Amino acid sequence: MENSISVKLKIWRQAGPKEKGEFVTYELQDIPTDTSFLETLDILNEQLVERGEEPVAFDHDCREGICGMCSLYINGHPHGPATGATTCQLYMRRFKDGETITVEPWRSAAFPVIKDLMVDRNAFDKIQQAGGYVSFNTGGAQDANAIPISKVAADEAMDSASCIGCGACVAACKNGSAMLFVSAKVSQFALLPQGKAEAKKRVKAMLQKMDELGFGNCTNTGACAAECPKNIKLSNIARLNREYISAKCSD
Amino acid sequence: MEENIKNNVAQPVIDSKIPEGPVAEKWTNYKAHQKLVNPANKRRLDIIVVGTGLAGASAAATLGEMGFKVMNFCIQDSPRRAHSIAAQGGINAAKNYQNDGDSVYRLFYDTVKGGDYRAREANVYRLAEVSNNIIDQCVAQGVPFAREYGGLLANRSFGGAQVSRTFYAKGQTGQQLLLGAYSSLNRQIEMGNVTSYNRYEMHDVVIIDGRARGIIAKNLVTGQLERFAAHAVVIATGGYGNTYFLSTNAMACNVSAAMACYRKGAYFANPAYVQIHPTCIPRHGDKQSKLTLMSESLRNDGRIWVPKNIEDAKRLQAGEIKGSDIPEEERDYYLERRYPAFGNLVPRDVASRAAKERCDKGYGVNNTGQAVFLDFSEAINRLGIDVVRQRYGNLFDMYEEITDVNPGELANEINGVNYYNPMMIYPAIHYTMGGIWVDYELQTSIKGLFAIGECNFSDHGANRLGASALMQGLADGYFVLPYTIQNYLSDQITVPRFSTDLPEFEETEERVQAELDALMNIKGNRSVDSIHKELGNIMWDYVGMGRTKESLEIALQKIKDLRKEFETNLFIPGTQDGMNIELDKAFRLRDFITMGELIAYDALNREESCGGHFREEHQTEEGEAKRDDENFFYVACWKYNGDDEKAPSLIKEPLHYEAIKVQTRNYKN
Amino acid sequence: MWLFKSSVGRKVVMSVTGLFLILFLTFHALMNAVAIFSVEAYEAVCEFLGANWYALLGTAVLAAGFVIHIIYAFWLTLQNRSARGDDRYAVTARPKNVEWASQNMLVLGIIVACFLVLHLYQFWAKMQLPEIMGDYAASGEEALELAFGCWWTLPVYLIGFLAVWFHITHGFWSAFQSIGVNNDKWIERWKCIGCWWATIVMLLFAVCAIALTLKYAGGYDCIGAC
Repeated sequence: MENSISVKLKIWRQAGPKEKGEFVTYELQDIPTDTSFLETLDILNEQLVERGEEPVAFDHDCREGICGMCSLYINGHPHGPATGATTCQLYMRRFKDGETITVEPWRSAAFPVIKDLMVDRNAFDKIQQAGGYVSFNTGGAQDANAIPISKVAADEAMDSASCIGCGACVAACKNGSAMLFVSAKVSQFALLPQGKAEAKKRVKAMLQKMDELGFGNCTNTGACAAECPKNIKLSNIARLNREYISAKCSD
Repeated sequence: MEENIKNNVAQPVIDSKIPEGPVAEKWTNYKAHQKLVNPANKRRLDIIVVGTGLAGASAAATLGEMGFKVMNFCIQDSPRRAHSIAAQGGINAAKNYQNDGDSVYRLFYDTVKGGDYRAREANVYRLAEVSNNIIDQCVAQGVPFAREYGGLLANRSFGGAQVSRTFYAKGQTGQQLLLGAYSSLNRQIEMGNVTSYNRYEMHDVVIIDGRARGIIAKNLVTGQLERFAAHAVVIATGGYGNTYFLSTNAMACNVSAAMACYRKGAYFANPAYVQIHPTCIPRHGDKQSKLTLMSESLRNDGRIWVPKNIEDAKRLQAGEIKGSDIPEEERDYYLERRYPAFGNLVPRDVASRAAKERCDKGYGVNNTGQAVFLDFSEAINRLGIDVVRQRYGNLFDMYEEITDVNPGELANEINGVNYYNPMMIYPAIHYTMGGIWVDYELQTSIKGLFAIGECNFSDHGANRLGASALMQGLADGYFVLPYTIQNYLSDQITVPRFSTDLPEFEETEERVQAELDALMNIKGNRSVDSIHKELGNIMWDYVGMGRTKESLEIALQKIKDLRKEFETNLFIPGTQDGMNIELDKAFRLRDFITMGELIAYDALNREESCGGHFREEHQTEEGEAKRDDENFFYVACWKYNGDDEKAPSLIKEPLHYEAIKVQTRNYKN
Repeated sequence: MWLFKSSVGRKVVMSVTGLFLILFLTFHALMNAVAIFSVEAYEAVCEFLGANWYALLGTAVLAAGFVIHIIYAFWLTLQNRSARGDDRYAVTARPKNVEWASQNMLVLGIIVACFLVLHLYQFWAKMQLPEIMGDYAASGEEALELAFGCWWTLPVYLIGFLAVWFHITHGFWSAFQSIGVNNDKWIERWKCIGCWWATIVMLLFAVCAIALTLKYAGGYDCIGAC
């Protein structure tokens, strides 16, 4: 039942944020197809360390598709060729024997490279800090069942909230736009009564921060939603536009 | 070795600071009489919170809201990525929204019983008490919990309980709760009350005059050590499951912060209590980096089985037949058989051991013989595939992505009964109940040093029930620590801010730097991971699900040898300038080795079976865990003796139960 | 002003001007259709759109619509390119569900703009402009004869129409998305409506162009016509 393949990994190596990067190709033999892609990078790193070379730096943590830490632009797709899955959920059975796999970091002005395949996504935190919350202090909440929320709204809010903040939308977008990410958070709150009170302030603040940080403008190509590992829908962006326009019009 | 432990019983008195009064009134009494810090003084007090999981983020946010100046440290690139995010199933609370007889007392009772009567009663009662506030808090934050059509919150049942008290947000409850805490944290960062340090790792705690006054943390991007001073230090750095190399923990989860505290004199309590989760995807190959958990909620509708006949098992192992080829009457639903009252919903430790028992007898169902089936045929036939997919669709997809098998796919029909592909599961290291010892105020044995969440030992006893980890993390962070820490800080208001130029900071940083230099200078031949894997194998084989005196002694010897190997034959490429992932991993591995030893010491000392700790010498004729309340009704606190090579000393905190009668756990009837 | 300063505002401007231009094209196509059936009626339309104050106002608004749409397009594209960063991906792949047109709107727009220049030269510069200047203005039929009597006009126009068709198939639903009038159900509806709309309007243009070419074919020396 063990199938193995050999692959060439063409990986972007860059020593630091200011250094010049380049592709380096590594050959790996006999990788079992039920190995995950990140485990394949582990194997490569193990071999590099054995040879006394520096291992490839890449972000990863939970390895079950939920923390949003892993990134990688693999063969032209953020999180690789599988849809609805993160890089850590990508298995080698997706690749052919002898294939050359090109691995690049997220490329966007707002996500500078830290080292090799690792980028700085702190801009996402800054957008959230600008208003991605409901303003109240711990202990001040009423009983959880005091506000009934329709199941439809709750489910839709949940779908929007399932964004993992990995940045694949920005990586996939030819404009480096963060609209899908911002819209997911704005939508979650816009759909729930808890978020209504400061909805206008929130959407304006988050969008302003997004623009400030140098993300691009959305041109509705939809690559973000097509590549999103959590299948966040484009309709969130329409909702964000709606919320923003109505907030601005009521100024 | 044992001699060593017994000789070291110079018993300092342990003061767990449990308030007076009946268990149901203790927390109310405490809050009524504790000392507080007035708002003007809060601004003058700095608090360091290490970790941004449920406990860390909620504590940092709440302390910020109160007006303290908080510094919050996070090992990942964003606070939102802490491993709390991976919790799937849900969070318990005694709301009794389902009118099925739940109450604070019942949640308290279930938790103590689930913990095999090894938790501290007063802490658990407080946990159950504040559980309801947590749900209110999270709903107000905009956490999109599942709801009924009427608009009210939905619940589901979970292992170890007979009521439906678990609140959930799809299969991503941990994620949603963490994002809730992260949103509150963000608000405080925006307001300037919390400063967030991402990609920083705590390397040591700084003690001045016997009190924790700061930390030395490494900026993982620049590779530089930095000093941070504060009036109090809170560590919320999670558990030590990665000691076993393969676990369901995230790759960055480590025990270094806790070990730093331990080496500085904080007691480490009950390290042997390690939870092994019954429903993980079985191991494959030696290239694996971690184990993937399948939510325990699957046990609500999934039935666990192995073949009745050993011949069928052998054919499964040889790959000649598939699970769906075995008809209903040839299947042994061993949990339903052994535990009729709870069936597939027995607590995790019981389910895990039962799986191991079957596999040890040769009934394992995959090529390694280390797997059992989790089957949805009955549920799909009863409810239809659509309903089942609605409940577990994302888990089915996840399982298929990893294993290439779709559990929702019709595979066979025998005598008119439809059989679907069963999942294969096997237990894996998941959560650690043990941790830094804390008193009722969540303060460690070092003044001014607090530990919250999985990182402390306090609430789960010897075994944790499903959906209780999220509850504990948030209880500690939102509702307990922000109160109790004031009791400590109230007499610190006259203490001015500390300079990081103090000799204690200098000395601590120098020592950490020397340790890092030492690691770099070994220049041996082995990678960090290869040694870590070896440690993991020792731990799993000798300090795993079933332990014996003999296996533990072997483990201690092997770990000692491994430490030698680590100290003499490690190789780290690169330099200390800038990011060096291998160096970071090596630093963590050094602490995992010490942690592994500590687990083994505690397991060796605890000559009984309870919860997640199973000593094969101590079991009933039916193979159930046999506790020894007469001799082991205590919290085992381990004190560092100045050197990793030296055995730690044992200090006992006796347990006192007032509200609950200690009895044998029974999930049979 | 948020219509300049915010990314959503800038997109609103693109949407509104774009929808306006689509509306204009629709009327334009309907008016062209008149020329197939009756030259007199077409002359009446041309008369109506001569140098009257309302026609001039309309022309000015229309011109403004084009200019704003084009300026914003370049502005947005420049911003988007800098947001993308200096390093490009070595390998890119277009995911399923992503329209080719959506990724090439600027290129399509430039083709359309070139086509527009030619078109203005062939008609507007010979009809409304001289009238405004007080010179001799060609009649509708003269302009048609001059343009479509030329062999290369038809293929160039058809290429222009195709570019406009691609531009609108994306632009139509994208405009509604940008002004927030969209959701999970409507996204497919808008795409469908947009596709039909673009097809009908462009077919109408194409049919006119073909019919007129057949009518005036070979009438003039093409080089001289330009």
